[in-house]
Amino acid sequence: MYVAVKGGEQAIDASLEQLARERRGDASVPELSVAQIKQQMRLAVDRVMCEGSLYDPDLAALAIKQARGDLFEAVFLLRAYRTTLPRFGVTLPLDTAAMTTRRRISATYKDIPGGQILGPSFDYSHRLLDFALMDEGAPGLAPERADETRGESAPLPRVTDILGQEGLIEGDGDLDGQAPGDLTREPLRFPASRDLRLQNLARGDEGFLLAMAYSTQRGYGRNHPFAGEIRMGDIAIVIEPEELGFAVEIGDVTVTECQMITQFKGSADKPPQFTRGYGLTFGYCERKAMAMALCDRALRAKELGEDITAPAQDEEFVLAHSDSVEASGFVQHLKLPHYIDFQSELLSVRDMRAKAMARANAKEAADDAA
Amino acid sequence: MSAAQDNDLPLLTVRDVSRYYGARLGCRDVSFDLWPGEVLGIVGESGSGKSTLLNCLSGKLEPSGGEVVYQTRHEGALDVYRASEARRRLLLRTDWGFVHQNPRDGLRMAVSAGANVGERLMAVGDRHYGNIRAAATDWLGRVEIAADRLDDRPTAFSGGMQQRLQIARVLVTKPRLVFMDEPTGGLDVSVQARLLDLLRGLVRDLGLAAIVVTHDLAVVRLLAHRLLVMKDGEVVEHGLTDRVLDDPQHPYTQLLVSSVLPA
Amino acid sequence: MTQLDEGSGPAEVGVAGYNFAYLDEQTKRMIRRTILKAVAIPGYQVAFGSREMPLAYGWGTGGMQITAAIVGADDTLKVIDQGADDTTNAVSIRRFFNRTAGVAMTERTVDASVIQTRHRIPETPLRDDQILVYQVPMPEPLRYLEPRETETQKMHALSEYGVMHVKLYEDIARHGRITTSYDYPVLVNGRYVMAPSPIPKFDNPKMDRMPALQLFGAGREKRIYAVPPYTPVKSLDFEDHPFSIDRQPHSCGLCGSNESFLDEIVTDDAGGRLYVCSDTDYCRERREAGDVMNRSAAE
Repeated sequence: MYVAVKGGEQAIDASLEQLARERRGDASVPELSVAQIKQQMRLAVDRVMCEGSLYDPDLAALAIKQARGDLFEAVFLLRAYRTTLPRFGVTLPLDTAAMTTRRRISATYKDIPGGQILGPSFDYSHRLLDFALMDEGAPGLAPERADETRGESAPLPRVTDILGQEGLIEGDGDLDGQAPGDLTREPLRFPASRDLRLQNLARGDEGFLLAMAYSTQRGYGRNHPFAGEIRMGDIAIVIEPEELGFAVEIGDVTVTECQMITQFKGSADKPPQFTRGYGLTFGYCERKAMAMALCDRALRAKELGEDITAPAQDEEFVLAHSDSVEASGFVQHLKLPHYIDFQSELLSVRDMRAKAMARANAKEAADDAA
Repeated sequence: MSAAQDNDLPLLTVRDVSRYYGARLGCRDVSFDLWPGEVLGIVGESGSGKSTLLNCLSGKLEPSGGEVVYQTRHEGALDVYRASEARRRLLLRTDWGFVHQNPRDGLRMAVSAGANVGERLMAVGDRHYGNIRAAATDWLGRVEIAADRLDDRPTAFSGGMQQRLQIARVLVTKPRLVFMDEPTGGLDVSVQARLLDLLRGLVRDLGLAAIVVTHDLAVVRLLAHRLLVMKDGEVVEHGLTDRVLDDPQHPYTQLLVSSVLPA
Repeated sequence: MTQLDEGSGPAEVGVAGYNFAYLDEQTKRMIRRTILKAVAIPGYQVAFGSREMPLAYGWGTGGMQITAAIVGADDTLKVIDQGADDTTNAVSIRRFFNRTAGVAMTERTVDASVIQTRHRIPETPLRDDQILVYQVPMPEPLRYLEPRETETQKMHALSEYGVMHVKLYEDIARHGRITTSYDYPVLVNGRYVMAPSPIPKFDNPKMDRMPALQLFGAGREKRIYAVPPYTPVKSLDFEDHPFSIDRQPHSCGLCGSNESFLDEIVTDDAGGRLYVCSDTDYCRERREAGDVMNRSAAE
């Protein structure tokens, strides 16, 4: 006699156990520590913090370890943790001009007050595998010089502020006194305001934003951007609890900021001037910050009266599909059983086939009779 | 209000309609009345503002200034842009119709001709498949499309057939006012002639009022009772079609007429 | 990773560091307010601040958030997927609530106060002291006809539903029948067109004037909607092509029912098929009742 498939529970237990074994790998190889990931896989940690929208390098490193290096999964772990956290307060806006700057480049001016700072970058590395890294005992780096400082702590003016002095670039925009929205508490509704759009992009999947940004460069919503300034460094987080009435620094975060500058021909209300696209990420996520800035600018098409012709300019298209946790979950839910829908389709297709065959037979009979 | 009284009032009253795109002018200070059963042609070169004006008149583009008032069947005068969006959208799918230059803009290309014609009936609550299908068949016949094409998609139709299908789709709910944007544009000359003939018959038989935008004076000669001539966003001449075409007053109209009519 | 224990009674403790039923109380309150609004406007999709859950989007996060927000310590929860209690996702969600809320679990429909479901409505009629929570992947019934949210919102607001019938018209013109076989759209309380979630259309009639409260949660799409008890739910159709359900030409190979929705089991590679109830609890109850009468036949 047939017995329906049972044992979901045992199957899940066995699967989880196998997962744990696979995660650990060969026990003769030393286990990876969270500290090692945090120190030596820092860019992965930064990406997970950025898309997980939680600044906690230790937990991000733990998530990467637990996810076996699958960064989508790590982002998901961090998000599911973040969502349960209580909210103590809101920080004051970050003043990125005041950051301790470790990297700062401008593609629009050869020299800028404070100078260009290359910082730690792959840009001018030759992409040759360094076989010396195969050995764990590879020769160490020279110790940092005593006079070497990590970053420029004096405030550096932003390139956009320099343009702003001449009125050549539009203002930074403000919220007209409204508190910025938070799409982790309120659902995103369309049309979305720019604060929510920037939050969505900041949490968005780097690969998706990169492809969208790239498409604007290839003519799908072209807007002639210049990398006005990209800077990365550490910045103090300040809160002003109501009960205290004064500002308190609660720690530093590393952020990457990108200001794209785009020509604008002017309209009835506005003289010709440069417009902005803005990108900001937790950690050192330069590619993401640049892609975000290009997407932000493309999505301002409606506000600036530009024709909307390309996917990257389409707010609903971009914002509704940027989140990797949503996208990954829904694509993968196709693994779940769909017996019932499929059974209904089977019934429907069989019925239609029977009708079609009956029609064909009837026609044949009629033809024969004729 | 009786039908006779209805005819004492203009169907559409347009006063000082202007539309700017930023600093650029679309159209300025256009005023006219359209009477029940009357066909008004709007002519001018491309860029003259005639399409902007049509969009303002048909509820699709809010004017920067002025008003558009429609005399409804049962509820008196309706200021189109002061009415709620719900009311305006209802008007657009019942009492009004819009024929696009490109039939693809007015048709659902992925569903059959029958569904295209039936959609407006379903939108106003018709829920009887057989009746909807019968009405669709009837309308295909009236626009000279064979009944056996009822279940074909418009992608399988020629340009002229697509345009006739679009007209059937619009007229099936018996609108009182139809807006047409270059209805014969993009068609071969012989196809144009047939379509014009068909349109003229339908407009007359149904007692439709219509506003037709075109750059083709042959179209308005056949269809329109009155003409507006537009240049640089403004109406430069306004009058009965035969008078404007045979005795143009404004230098621009003279130019327009002389460059086309000899052909 | 710690192994989860699943007992049938309440667990001793929840999960360290997490609130009862996972979500914090503020979030639960927000979700309950959303549910109240949804009940007040039957069939209308209410946007809510959906949270990330520790299960992936598309795997029931909307239903889980509703269940987490309404479940209390004295509730008895049943979780089914495809009608069955023992499918892996149902097991996984049941474990989650057992672990985080420790409420009583049951597989018996009649004993449950809250039933979370994916893709089915139980065969056993529900009562007015029960709540049915649906997991919803795509809450917008107009989505495949109109991709834009800004436009579908207007269509709902203005009851511009003609396009839904265009789809049905096209089905009949092309195939002689309406081919939609699951997630078959319904009109709730004569006002809002609603997606019933991908239940088979076989289940649609059960929604009409159901005594139990029906709640629908879409986590990824951030929408909650509801059908209050005894509310009319009409499947869209034409007067001359009324809604009908497909009767399967078989009866259950286990309990003999010819009134339930059947799963098709491929028993061999020579075309062998067995049809069994997709509602495992219904099937078992019938077999147990039959056992009393004919114990030897079951062995």
